[in-house]
Amino acid sequence: MTGEGDCVIPAAFEYLAPSSVPEAVSLLQQHGYDAKIIAGGQSLIPMMRFRVLQPKVLIDIGRIPGLDALREEDGYLRIGALVRSKTIETAEMIAERYPLLSATGKVVADPIVRNRGTVAGSLVHADPAGDWAAACMAARAQVVATGPNGERVIEIDEFLRDTFTTALQDGEMVTEVRIPTPGPRSGGHYLKIERKVGDFATVAVGVQITLGADGRCTQAGIGLCAVGPITLRAKAAEETLVGQPLTDELIRKAAEAAAAESQPGSDTRGPAEYKRDMVRVLTQRALQKAAQQASAQ
Amino acid sequence: MKRIQLTVNGQPREIEVEGRTLLVHAIREHLGLTGTHIGCDTTSCGACTVLVDGVPVKSCTLFAIQAEGCSIQTVEGLASGDQLHPIQKAFWDCHGLQCGFCTPGMMLVSKALLAQNPDPSEQEIREAISGNICRCTGYMNIVKAIRQAAAAMQPAELAAPGKEV
Repeated sequence: MTGEGDCVIPAAFEYLAPSSVPEAVSLLQQHGYDAKIIAGGQSLIPMMRFRVLQPKVLIDIGRIPGLDALREEDGYLRIGALVRSKTIETAEMIAERYPLLSATGKVVADPIVRNRGTVAGSLVHADPAGDWAAACMAARAQVVATGPNGERVIEIDEFLRDTFTTALQDGEMVTEVRIPTPGPRSGGHYLKIERKVGDFATVAVGVQITLGADGRCTQAGIGLCAVGPITLRAKAAEETLVGQPLTDELIRKAAEAAAAESQPGSDTRGPAEYKRDMVRVLTQRALQKAAQQASAQ
Repeated sequence: MKRIQLTVNGQPREIEVEGRTLLVHAIREHLGLTGTHIGCDTTSCGACTVLVDGVPVKSCTLFAIQAEGCSIQTVEGLASGDQLHPIQKAFWDCHGLQCGFCTPGMMLVSKALLAQNPDPSEQEIREAISGNICRCTGYMNIVKAIRQAAAAMQPAELAAPGKEV
């Protein structure tokens, strides 16, 4: 990052700190496109520092009570908009029942950034190299958007529209991320290749599977990180698995399908060919681990 | 401009900041505590790490106004008078620094680690400092220093943080 246009001081803005979600939504409506919500700020502030974004109004939801709630209810893990990556990384309940999320929480950015950055904020940022988006894709998460007309539940596939673009409409903010609680005989894992801690993923893969009583796979979710213009779902790989017993041979086929579905580009983190092969390797290893977890239950 | 209140190294302080004033600039320029360093300006290096309510945060990636009402600890708050904190002493003893630029961040991360985990393994130490970049030491002596500090701080220092050993 060099050159005349670079700047490390954000443009001036008006700072507002609402004390409730309805108040935040009303401020969003009032200021429209000029306003941005800030939660952990670990993606937003760097973008403001480089003046990629210059919101005139910053709405800090950091002081809204209740948004930091993390609880299981009605078959979902409900992750409030202020739940930080560190909480997911360290919560015992997550380690016990959501191994996919637990594994993701250990590799997002770096330990200090995880102290501030939130799961919901990462999804709203919609960076194709965002780890939470790939994990949520594998977990078939839902995103709860709250706007002037109340709540709207959006499937993760629908929520992530394009690079840095979500399905959020004017006046809406994300208040919760919902992860379906895995049933019996489930497993999940997240694997990431990064040049160094804190760098964006070269490639990362999240998987979540469930086996039936007969050992056949009943559900499979595979999310691919940093290998396309947007977080990708490896649909053909998922279809390869469902209805079949998860043999090594089948897992190998699914991993090859995932690699074929990936759309990596060549950059400083590696050539496309290398990244595509790493999708295969990571998918295979993550599925093997998830299958072991599921069969051990 | 907005007037905000912070507790800085145990002392109540009041400063006037713009919304866009980053915490690191508030600490260095408004509070005059230049021990907190600015390295990369992009959330990468960890030189600007301070503790906000005991939690390590990269102060280049937090607006000062977001920290209103919080307790901030900087490297200046480690020693008590002329007495170095055991973490500082360990960094000195083990040559846990060369140029010293990353050291304030390294020591504050160490403090937060040892408060949670008084006897960390080498792996746990390396993970804890993985958000802090040192370009001189190769990390060996930093890890050694943190292990020495952990040993020195048991158990009295951990039971009563800030007290001399």
